[in-house]
Amino acid sequence: MADQIPLSMTVNGQTRRGLGEPRLTLADFLREQANCTGVHLGCEHGVCGSCTVLMDGEAVRSCLLFAVQADGADITTVEGLAPDDETLHPVQEAFRDCHGLQCGFCTPGFVVSVAAFLETNPDPSDDEIRHGIAGNLCRCTGYQGIVAATRQAAATMKGSRQS
Amino acid sequence: MSQTAAAARYVGQSVKRLEDPRLVTGHGRYVDDIVLPGMLHAAFGRSDLARAAITRLDTSAAEALDGVHAVCTGADLNSHNDSLRASLYPPESPAPPANMLADGDVRFVGDPYVMVVAESRYIAEDALDLVEVEFEPLVPVVDYETAAESDHHVHPELGGNLAHDLPVPNPATDEAFADAAHIITETWHQHRQTNVPMETRGIVASWQPHAGVMEVWASTQSPHELQLVGARVLGIGEHKMVVHFGDVGGGFGQKMFLGREDMAVLVVAKLLGSPVKWIEDRRENLLASNHARIEQMSVKMAVGEDGSFLAADLDQLEDDGAYPLGGPATPGAMATMLFPGPYRMGPVSWRARTVYTNTCGRGAYRGPWQMESVAREQMIDRVAREIGMDPLELRRRNVLTPEDLPYQVSTGLHFETTISPEQTLEQAAEMIGYDEFRAEQADARKEGRYLGLGMALYIEPTSMGMGPLGTESAMLRVEVDGHVNVFMGTGSHGQSLETTIAQLVADELGVRPGDVTLHQGHGSGYGFGTGGSRSAVIAGSAARAAASGVRDKVVAIAAHLMEASADDLEVADGVISVKGTPAASMTLAQVAATAYQNSDALPPGTEAGLEHTARYKAPPSTHSNACHICTCELDPGTGKVTLLRYVVSEDCGVLINPMVVDGQIAGGVVQGIGGVLYEHAVYDESGNPLASTFLDYLVPTAAEVPELQTGHVVVPSDTPGGHKGTGEGGAIGAPPAVFNAVADALAPFGVYPNRQPLDPNTVLSLIASASN
Repeated sequence: MADQIPLSMTVNGQTRRGLGEPRLTLADFLREQANCTGVHLGCEHGVCGSCTVLMDGEAVRSCLLFAVQADGADITTVEGLAPDDETLHPVQEAFRDCHGLQCGFCTPGFVVSVAAFLETNPDPSDDEIRHGIAGNLCRCTGYQGIVAATRQAAATMKGSRQS
Repeated sequence: MSQTAAAARYVGQSVKRLEDPRLVTGHGRYVDDIVLPGMLHAAFGRSDLARAAITRLDTSAAEALDGVHAVCTGADLNSHNDSLRASLYPPESPAPPANMLADGDVRFVGDPYVMVVAESRYIAEDALDLVEVEFEPLVPVVDYETAAESDHHVHPELGGNLAHDLPVPNPATDEAFADAAHIITETWHQHRQTNVPMETRGIVASWQPHAGVMEVWASTQSPHELQLVGARVLGIGEHKMVVHFGDVGGGFGQKMFLGREDMAVLVVAKLLGSPVKWIEDRRENLLASNHARIEQMSVKMAVGEDGSFLAADLDQLEDDGAYPLGGPATPGAMATMLFPGPYRMGPVSWRARTVYTNTCGRGAYRGPWQMESVAREQMIDRVAREIGMDPLELRRRNVLTPEDLPYQVSTGLHFETTISPEQTLEQAAEMIGYDEFRAEQADARKEGRYLGLGMALYIEPTSMGMGPLGTESAMLRVEVDGHVNVFMGTGSHGQSLETTIAQLVADELGVRPGDVTLHQGHGSGYGFGTGGSRSAVIAGSAARAAASGVRDKVVAIAAHLMEASADDLEVADGVISVKGTPAASMTLAQVAATAYQNSDALPPGTEAGLEHTARYKAPPSTHSNACHICTCELDPGTGKVTLLRYVVSEDCGVLINPMVVDGQIAGGVVQGIGGVLYEHAVYDESGNPLASTFLDYLVPTAAEVPELQTGHVVVPSDTPGGHKGTGEGGAIGAPPAVFNAVADALAPFGVYPNRQPLDPNTVLSLIASASN
C-alpha cells in the first residue's frame, strides 16, 4: 500500500484535514473524511455529474480528481450552498418548487452545476439552459422540472442582485 | 390559527414534496451513506467472456493481500443455491439453475465468479487483480433469434435454450383473415436497453451473532421482498431480518428483486460476522444488473375495407439472457394478451416464446410488457400507410368509445366503464394541433424538409391485484402529541410517496400533510413494494382506510369529551370542531393525549390508544390510459432526428398531486425517447458488451429533450380514491410515438423501418436503401 499523504482543504468554510493514498479520489475524501455524503457517485467516469462540487469557485467532477489535487483548495459541496439549516439556496428552492427531482440522487450535482452556471450566465435563454445542464444526467424527471427550476432560480438570483 | 379550515383538501393539490428539503441539500441517506464500525467492503470478479469453462481458479495471492478478509468462490456459497428464487415465482416454476457466484463455468460477460471482502473497496479491487483464473472459451449463444435452434446451450443442465413456449391458437382468426380486405404483416423489433437508475444497486448487511439478527440497508424497491427472500437465503426467520429503508436513487424495476450479488453479501456477512457493504459500480450496472426490451413481435392483421380491425395473429420472442433478474419472465404472454389495447380488434391468436442467451439477464423495466403497445401502435401506422388512410382517422374508426364500455376483449381482458381512450386521443390531437401540423408538414416537404408526427394510444393494466402483488397494508398511529406516523410496505424511490401518502392521510384524518411521516421498511406490514404502477391505488387505499379507522375513533372520543354529537363534528388540520360553531373545538393532540395518557376519560368501552391497521386488496387490474403524440424533424444529410413537440393526454383517474403525476409521465417519456433514439446495450457477435460506460450507453440529456405538455382526462376508477396507476405509462407510450414520428418523416423516401434504435446511422442507411 502506498504511503498516506496528509491532506488539508477548506470544505464548506471549514478546514478539513485527513490522510489519503495518492489514488484517493476527491469524491471519496469528501464523502468519507469530510462528512459530505451529498457528493454522489453515479458513474465514477466523469459523465453523469452527480459528484459535481465547486473547487475554488469552478464546477468540477470530484470523481475525476484525486484528493491531493485539491490539497489547499476551497471546496463547496451541495451541503455548503444553503445559508442556514432553515433556508434553502435559490437553486435548491427552485428545484423543490418545480419538481426538479424525484429520487434525488443526481440532485446534488445538478444543484451545484446550476448554481455555477448561473454565476457565469445569470440570464440564460432556454436553449442555453438546456445545453448548460447537459453535462449532468437525470433518469427520473425527463429534465422538465430541472429546466423550469433553472429558469426560476435565474429570475430569483437576478432579482436579489438588483435589490 | 383559523379553526375553520375544514374545507382544506390536500388531494388534488401540487403540494410541495416533504422529501425535498433533505434531498436538495445533500442530506438524503442512501445506502452508500451507511457506515458501520468495522465495516468491510465487497467487490466482485466478473467474467470477460460470454461463455467459458473455468479451468483454474487460485485465490491464494488475493487472500494474502494485507487488508483482505475473505475471498469467496462459487464453491464456498453453493450450499445456499436452492433458496434463491424470487417470491413472485412459486417453487415449481421452471427456472435456470440458480447460484450466487458462477461455479465451474461462466455464462455471460459480467458473470461474477469470485467475491473479495476487504477493509476498503480500493483493497478489494486490488485483490481481484491478484485472483489467478484461467478460462477455456466455449461457443456462446448471443443471437436470441436463433438461440432456440442452437446446439450450444446457455444452461447445459436444461438441455436447450427455449425457456418458455406458450402457443394460444384461436381458430376464429382464420375466418377473419379469409374475409379481410387487407392483410398486413410486419415483425417489430425492440432492442437491448437497461434501466439505469442514477444510484446503482447496493447493500449493507450486518450480522448480530447470539441475537441471530441480520440487519440490512439496501437500495431496493421492495423492502419486504428483501426481508422474505433474504431470510430464506440465510435460513433465519423473518422476525430476525431487519430491513432498513432509506433513500433510494431510482430503480425502474431493477430493484424489485434481490440480485445474486445481494444474496452473496448477505451470506458472507453472516459467515464473517462483520458488516459488509457492496456498492455496484456503473460498469457492473450496465453489464450485469439487468437488461430489457430484447424482443420482437410478428404481427399479422386483418383489416376491413373501411379500416376496421378484424383479427390479429401474433408471434412474440424475447431474450431472457442467462440469469433473468427476479426469475424467468413470461411478459410475452402479457404482451400478446394486451395487444388489442384500446381498440375493437376481433379475435386474436398468439404464441409467446422466451429463450436463454449468454448475455446479461432480462429484468423488469418500466412497463415490462409494453411490446404490446409498441407492436400495435407501429402496426396501426403501417396499416394506415398501406391502405392510404390518415393514422388518426384509422384510430378514430377503431377506438373504444364510451358506448362500447364495458368491453370484453377477445384475449380475456375486461375493460370497465372507467377508461377513456377516445377522450385522450381527441385531447392529444387537439393539443398538438393535428390538422395544422399536417399542413405545416406538407409545406415543409415542398421546401425539402422532413417533418414527422407519431402517436400512440394505449391502456395500461396497473395496480394488479393477484398473488403477492394483491395487497398493501398501512399501520397508522397518532402519537401522543397529535402527529402521525404511518408504516407501510412500500419502497418509494422517486415516486414521492412521503408526500402523496401524507396528502391522502391528511384529507382522510383531518391533519396537515406536514404532520404525517411515512415509514417504510422495518416495522411495516408485508407488501410487494413500489413498482408496477401500484402505489397510488393499492398503498394509497390502505393508507386511506387506516386513516379513516383512526378518524372514526377521534370523532367518537372528541364527541364524548365535548359532549357533542359525533355527526356534528368535523376534523381538519388537526382540529376537531362543531360544524358551524368553530369556537367549540379541541385539538387532535388533546384527543391523542386522552387516548394514551388519560384513558379513564375515554367513552365507556373504548380501547385506549389511537392507532389502526388496514390492508387493502386490489381488484385484478385498474386500467389507466393515455395518448402520446410527438412531432420531429429529420435531417436527411446527417440522419439526426430532432423532436419538436411532445404532448400527452392521460387518464390516471383522480390525481393526488398533479405535479407528481406530470413528473412521472415526463420521466417515463424521456426514457422512451432515449430507448428509441439513443440507448443501446449492444453486444458484438462474440457476446462482448460494447456499451460499458455512459460514453457508449447514451442516456438522454436536457439538450435532446423537448418541452412536454400534459393534459388530463379524469374518469375516476372504482377503487376507493378513484385513482389509477401512472408510474410506467410514459415509458409505454413514448417508444411507439417516437418511432412512428420518425417513420412518418422517412415516409417520403418510401422506406419502412421496423427496428430500433433509430440512431443517425440507421436513419442514414434507411435513406440509402431507398435511393438504391
